Amino acid sequence: MAAISRADVAHLASLARISMTDDELDVLAGQLDVILGAVSRVQEVAAEDIPPTSHPLPLTNVFRDDTPAPSLPPEAALAAAPIAEEQRFRVPRILDQE
Amino acid sequence: MGGVHDVSEELCRLDATAVAEKVASREVSAVEVAQAHLDRIAARDGDYHAFLHVDADGALAQAKRVDAGEMTGPLAGVPLALKDVIVTRGVPTTAGSRILQGWIPPYDATIVERMRDAGIVVLGKTNMDEFAMGSSTEHSGYGATHNPWDLDRTPGGSGGGSSAAVAGFLAPLAIGTDTGGSIRQPAAVTGTVGVKPTYGGVSRYGLVAFSSSLDQAGPCARTVLDAALLHQVIAGHDQRDSTSIDAPVPSVVEAARSADVSGMRVGVVKEFAGDGYQAGVSARFDEAVAKLAGLGAEVVEVSCPHFDYALAAYYLIAPSEASSNLARYDAMRYGLRVGDDGDASAEAVMAATREAGFGVEVKRRIILGTYALSAGYYDAYYGQAQKVRTLIKRDFEAAFEQVDVLVSPTTPTTAFKLGERVDDPLAMYLVDLCTIPSNLYGGPAMSVPCGLSDDGLPVGFQVMAPVLADDRLYRVGGALEAALSTPALLDEVWRQSGGAAS
Repeated sequence: MAAISRADVAHLASLARISMTDDELDVLAGQLDVILGAVSRVQEVAAEDIPPTSHPLPLTNVFRDDTPAPSLPPEAALAAAPIAEEQRFRVPRILDQE
Repeated sequence: MGGVHDVSEELCRLDATAVAEKVASREVSAVEVAQAHLDRIAARDGDYHAFLHVDADGALAQAKRVDAGEMTGPLAGVPLALKDVIVTRGVPTTAGSRILQGWIPPYDATIVERMRDAGIVVLGKTNMDEFAMGSSTEHSGYGATHNPWDLDRTPGGSGGGSSAAVAGFLAPLAIGTDTGGSIRQPAAVTGTVGVKPTYGGVSRYGLVAFSSSLDQAGPCARTVLDAALLHQVIAGHDQRDSTSIDAPVPSVVEAARSADVSGMRVGVVKEFAGDGYQAGVSARFDEAVAKLAGLGAEVVEVSCPHFDYALAAYYLIAPSEASSNLARYDAMRYGLRVGDDGDASAEAVMAATREAGFGVEVKRRIILGTYALSAGYYDAYYGQAQKVRTLIKRDFEAAFEQVDVLVSPTTPTTAFKLGERVDDPLAMYLVDLCTIPSNLYGGPAMSVPCGLSDDGLPVGFQVMAPVLADDRLYRVGGALEAALSTPALLDEVWRQSGGAAS
């Protein structure tokens, strides 16, 4: 049985906010099934007592002095905005029309 | 077939060290050097497609400042090709993606500032697989780059624009980034030198993120010493990157100059040989190992049993991190916006924009990462991959109790043909088999040429060292380069490109 179905891919795509055509879903479902089959090899390793590594460095909080420094002027920060208005990013409506 | 190179084009044949010496002694000006490279790019890059954007004005302005004596140093006046994943103020940055087409960043990456202060002349931005996901540049949103050794073949990836620029004599230096091998594999298949420094050794501030626990920028060059000189310029602590290591930069330039491996313990990774390795790759690798032994290194075989699982762990960890990092391309603040008709919701605009702006490999990895991080699958996939990452790290630590460096072929084959693997994701992923472990561990690694395979194409030799022992890479790389006279291999590319111009 496939590890991942076409319906699963459609659900994941909606979670990832990517519209997909039926053709894309078909191709991707087949490919992801093969890829998942290969990467599930990690499950062959006995690692119950092994701690996970999320990062190569033993990171702790990194602090610096709170010294004022120049930041981007608003024009520069907004220069690449698809639409800017009144020194703000103008976005499409974020609430459902009800 | 006679090569036709004019006098100014001959400047493009010089390595970075030689260019800097000539500029410093005023034998040539930095402007002449920059112009010679810009002319060569104009003449040859139609064949290679190494550059996505050439910044002639910026390059000439910087060269003028060098000629005015504003910056000095061992690389002042040397041209460089910058991978388009590094942000540059006022110069377009796309990371190879359509979703960032036309984006002009409002700030410079730390390494860009450091290179400017060192008098390095950035010629432009190089092609790459979209968001550095790929091993051939075929997943660029702007078309593939061609290998200067054979235009029908890939220059590797993701940093194939940078490797092609260096191998094709369009620039003596380049910057790459390496998440799973994107500096080293392109170097291997183009006969150039590429180094992934220790994770945290070079600032990631201004590096467009793919997989933040793996991404690392580093130098590409035609010689080991040139790579070391560039490494020295870009490395060191940066307060703006909280994962930057606050420790002295390893003495890489001194190591490259010494090129001394006598008494060094070299471990050959047992797992990276046998089936799947092209005969010519294995033969050149074995000869290079014998050469190191002849130079006084003590060679032993070392087993790193979990390296066999590195590829699987990587293709869970990197897509997981990518699915999170790439959420920022939401069509709201910068980049592409599609379908904003005044009626569509933000969510619908996001989904339409990401459909239009991302290529197939990026979508594949975002979906894979989203899956691996989903409730119910997390432990079996992402969680298990992180445990395997621990075991790979332990393999390295155990190995480095016995040896000073580990070595392997950089990639199992020479440059493959464009089109050969692009529709088979797993075949493409296998290209990074040998390079991925160092990214998971965080240690430095280099690819240095070790000759030509039976097909006449270059073979890369990988050296891996412990965290913050980057200098060892340069000792081994420098020794091999001197013993095998590898920079001369690129004479073939120079001759071919001269013929093409006549």
